[in-house]
This record gives sequence, structure tokens and C-alpha cells, in this order.
Amino acid sequence: MSTPRTIVEKIWDSHVVAQQPGAPALLFIDLHLAHEVTSPQAFQELRERGLKVRRPDLTIATMDHSTPTTSRDLPVLDKSGAAQLAQMEKNCTDFGIRLYNRMSDHQGIVHVIGPEQGLTQPGMTIVCGDSHTATHGAFGALAFGIGTSQVGHVLATQCLLQTPSETYEIRVDGALRPGVSAKDIILAIIAKIGIGGGTGTVIEYTGSAIRALSMEERMTICNMSIEGGARAGLVAPDDTTYQYIAGREFAPKGAEWDAAVARWKQLPTDAGAKYSRTLVLDANELEPMVTFGTNPGMGIPISAHIPDPANVSDPIEKSDLIKALKYMDLKPGAPMAGQKIDVVFVGSCTNSRISDLRAAAAVIKGRKVSPNVRMLVVPGSQQVKKQAEAEGLDKVFRDAGADFREAGCSMCLAMNGDELTPGQYSVSTSNRNFEGRQGKGGRTFLASPQTAAASAIMGVVTDVRTL
Amino acid sequence: MKFEQLESKTVVIPVDNIDTDQIIPARYLKSISKDGLGDGLFRDWRYNADGTPKADFPLNKPEAKGAQILVSGDNFGCGSSREHAPWALTQAGFRAVVSTSFADIFKGNSLKNGLLPIVVPADIHKELLASPGAILRVDLPGQKLMLSDGRAVDFPLDAFSKECLIEGIDELGYMLKQAPAITAFEATRIGSINTLQ
Repeated sequence: MSTPRTIVEKIWDSHVVAQQPGAPALLFIDLHLAHEVTSPQAFQELRERGLKVRRPDLTIATMDHSTPTTSRDLPVLDKSGAAQLAQMEKNCTDFGIRLYNRMSDHQGIVHVIGPEQGLTQPGMTIVCGDSHTATHGAFGALAFGIGTSQVGHVLATQCLLQTPSETYEIRVDGALRPGVSAKDIILAIIAKIGIGGGTGTVIEYTGSAIRALSMEERMTICNMSIEGGARAGLVAPDDTTYQYIAGREFAPKGAEWDAAVARWKQLPTDAGAKYSRTLVLDANELEPMVTFGTNPGMGIPISAHIPDPANVSDPIEKSDLIKALKYMDLKPGAPMAGQKIDVVFVGSCTNSRISDLRAAAAVIKGRKVSPNVRMLVVPGSQQVKKQAEAEGLDKVFRDAGADFREAGCSMCLAMNGDELTPGQYSVSTSNRNFEGRQGKGGRTFLASPQTAAASAIMGVVTDVRTL
Repeated sequence: MKFEQLESKTVVIPVDNIDTDQIIPARYLKSISKDGLGDGLFRDWRYNADGTPKADFPLNKPEAKGAQILVSGDNFGCGSSREHAPWALTQAGFRAVVSTSFADIFKGNSLKNGLLPIVVPADIHKELLASPGAILRVDLPGQKLMLSDGRAVDFPLDAFSKECLIEGIDELGYMLKQAPAITAFEATRIGSINTLQ
């Protein structure tokens, strides 16, 4: 009998092209996703070296990061953003790559469109010049973010030089209580392990609470693996996975589908396989989570109080907390709920899928956004937007006074003109609360779509369970 | 660019978890080239809202001028995968960063750009954080960081990255030479993955 292996080891083993002594393995990449911000210098490198794209059939490109979310009838006003989008068109044309441009019905955030179109499948290796590539791990794929040099490597060779990572099991058992979401699970995990806690590992999320989640909820969890420092995060595929993929544009069909499912069923971690570490959480104990500080590990339950540096002994940790609270202009010991806010952002590759919009709309319906709050709802893709409109969610948001926009990364990283002004506070369903992430001087409270919607109505950080 | 020995004074930013949004804010990512990023390095920590430099930020102090070694808190380079972070650091003259740990993607990106991530034990790190301007020497072939008082501290580095830095090996060139193996591998996978056409 062969040695029991984790799902990560199985995917790794089936993708090693070559392994020279003293060098990293040459790992084959099944799917490469590209966007306008981290790819131009890689295409330039290919031009300078006179290289072609080895497998144009395995790269899909879209526009999301510097793409406006205003009406598509309007031109791109920002000159450098427009130049980046034009360069993406040229690169994809010159190298024969399929591009979902700003006018395409398939345009959207790179990590939303992959799964949506059935491109993302179990057992694949998937990379993108974007740290949130682990989103695709929800399907039992080994998916991770890469730098621009590596984007060039994949374009030219369809491979990457890689060394294997340890597998870190994070098991979440039990059942979520009402008002608590997948976002709260991952924020609680990051608060527990810290933002460097998963460095050097690939996280496999296991346990009954994870199994009970929909594919979109699993994507929310895997998406933020990088916020715990991990290279990647994944969930072994099961019937929920297969049901989600079946019938999508790029999903296998007919006999190929049956063969694919049979193959995918071999992927889950074998009994007796060894994880380098295991962390266990009880879903029953979780509350809605909110971050108070300037990294995603600075999260607390919404009923908790803002930590006091006086209670921290480690000197650097203490000075980091003081620095974070100074930037956020928050008082130690003050309750998290009730903090005043100016903006609510529902969107990003973490929480912009149809189920996220439904969750926010369910809270908003029949209510009004506080007059002191600007609320932006930014669907993750044109397909999500279309579905939301078919269900009347756009009307729910607009009737409440929220802005319902075109698809893109938007205020998650504030590259496209959607941004906070200095000093403003947002409740954001995105993934990073770093200083200035949502606009220079802006301050971010990360939370779930439910918490964001409740906060939009009340004008302060609000526990959705109290509405 | 080949890398063997480096001797430089340090500049110290004693903050943990410095993320790539601080190293180079997203608004500097709208370029389609690698150039001109040095100005954006730590932009919002270096400059006031009116564009004047913050006198107390370590990189702005006169004694920081010419420093090629940055000493930072734990977990340097976390967050976004932007390779613009090491591009900005190298364009500002840095050739090594010393910390107790580095985020994975940043570490990989740095090694591909001649920027050496040096991991040191916590006690040595504490000393270095407390002595900005200290003269350090990096001996890459020996994998040693030589402190001002003559002590030598070993640092870890995978053999392949080390060889690439010392010999100036081009990783993509190395990979392209393995094209026959890639072709053979692709042949075994026909029918087992979906091509997208």
C-alpha cells in the first residue's frame, strides 16, 4: 500500500515535470489567470527575449484592478489606468490570449470569473499575479499568487520553479450560529494564527463546518489564506463542488465529465496522511468578526472592546498596536460596535458573489442607508451583476440609497478612482485593512456582507443580530 | 546582477508586518514598466500630506543616505504579490533586508531581483533593531552576516537561489532549457486536463 498523502501532496506529485538535483521542481501549471496590473512587464520580458506564449490556451485574461466601476458607456478618465487597459488589449492580441475586456459580458474580478465559468476545477494547479489566487482552492485546486517575473515564466514555459509546502490543517467543526458567516470564520482564524501564522504552508480547511458551506462561502475562506501568511488554502472537493461546476461553460461534458469526477474523487487527503500542524476551531463559538487595526490579524468579535496596549507585554507588539490605534484614531477599551463610519463597501474577490449580494440585500431590504453613509455595492463580475439585476437586488440597493456599480476590484485597493478620502472610516467586505489600502489616509473595518449592510443602515459598526 | 559580498550601514524601520501596500502604495502600480518606483517607496510613511518629507521617518534622516541594508520588524513584505515592492526597494538602492521572517511571495520576488532577504535569530534581530547605522557585511557564498563587532551570523538560503544570485543565473533561461521535459509531460496529460479552446 502506498504512503497516505494529503490533497496538496497528490496535486503536487501529479504536476512535477522535472526535478533536477539541488534545484526546485519544475511544476506544470494547468491554468494561468492574468490581469492588467501585474502582467505588462512580463509580456515586455517575452518581447525583449523574442519568446512566444507556450500555451495561450491555458491563460485567460480579464480587466479588474484599475478598471472603473462607473458606467461602461463612459471613457476611462484616468490616463495611466486607460494606458494599462490598452496595453492589456495589445498584449492579449499580440500573444493570442483570450481576454474578457471591459466591454465583455464575462469581465470581472479574476478570482470571480474563473469559478463562474467552470475554468477552476479540482486537482488543478492555478496561478495568477495576485495574492488572492488561493480563492480557487475552494475547489480542491492548488492555487497561489505569484510575482510578475513568475507570470513571465508561466507565459513562456507553462511551468514554475517551486519547492513543496507543508500542509497545515485548520479544522472547523460544529455549526455557525445565525448572523455568523464564512467571512467571520476566516477573520477568526487569522486573528488566532496571526498574519504570519501560515507562512510557508498550504492550509487545508477541513471539518463539518467547512463541509456545510456552499462553494461561494468556501471561496471566501480560501481567498483570505494569504492574510494568514499561507501560500495557498484549499478545501477537498465533494458533491457540493461537483454540483457547482456541472454545466458551466468550461466544465467537462458527457463521458469526460464522468471521467473527471472519478478522478476528482481520488483527491481528498488519505486517512493517515500527516499534516505538519493542525488547528481546531469550534464554529458554535464564533461571533461576527470586525477588524479594528491595520492588518487583517487585528480582528475581534463585534461585541468585544478595542484592545488596550497597556495589556501587551512584547515591546514591538505593543508599539505596533499603539501605531495601529493612532492611525485608526480609536480609543483603547472602547466598544467595537457603535464606531462611527462614513463608507460601506460590499465587493472584492472575498465577498462580491451573488450569495454575498443576496446576504447584504436581505439586510438592506425595506430599510434606508444612513444619510451619513455612502454605500457602494460592486458585483464581482458582469455575470454576478446580471444575476443580481434579474433578482431585483440592484433595485433593493438603489431604493435604500446605495450605489450599485459595474464589476471590478474597486475600493478593495482603490486603484480605479473608488477610494476613501483621508480620515474616512469604512466597513468593507474586502480582505485588507492596511494603512491607506482603500485610499490614502482611509481607515478600514473588515467585516462580512451582513455586518456591512447592518452598519450601512445604522451609520455605525453594527451587529446584524441586533437589527 | 551578480551578488557576492555587500558591506553597508543599516537603516532600521522597527515595525512588524510591514505590508507591500506600505512599501509601494497601489496607486504606483498603474505603470506598464518597472521604472520610476523608487519615489513611491514607503511613500505615505515618508511624506506628509503636503508632500514635505517627514523628518523623523528613518529613510529621511541624513544618516540613512546610501544605506543598502534595511532592517525591519517580523514578517516583512506581507500582503499583495506585487513585484513592484522589490523593484521599488532596489531602485532606492537597497540590496538586502534583514528580519526574523519574510512573507513567501515577497521573498521569492526579492530573490528574482537581486534583493537578498536575510533571516536572523530573534536575539540578533533585537540587537540590529537597536543599532541603526551599524555597518554589516554580507558574505553570500558563506551565507554569513558579519556584525560590526566581528561576530558572524549564519543565515538560511536555498541552494538554487544562492547559485542564481552568485552566478547571475537567469531562471527563465534555466527553465527554457527544460522544454523537452515540458513537452513530454504535456503529452502525458492530453485528455486529462481541459484545454480552454
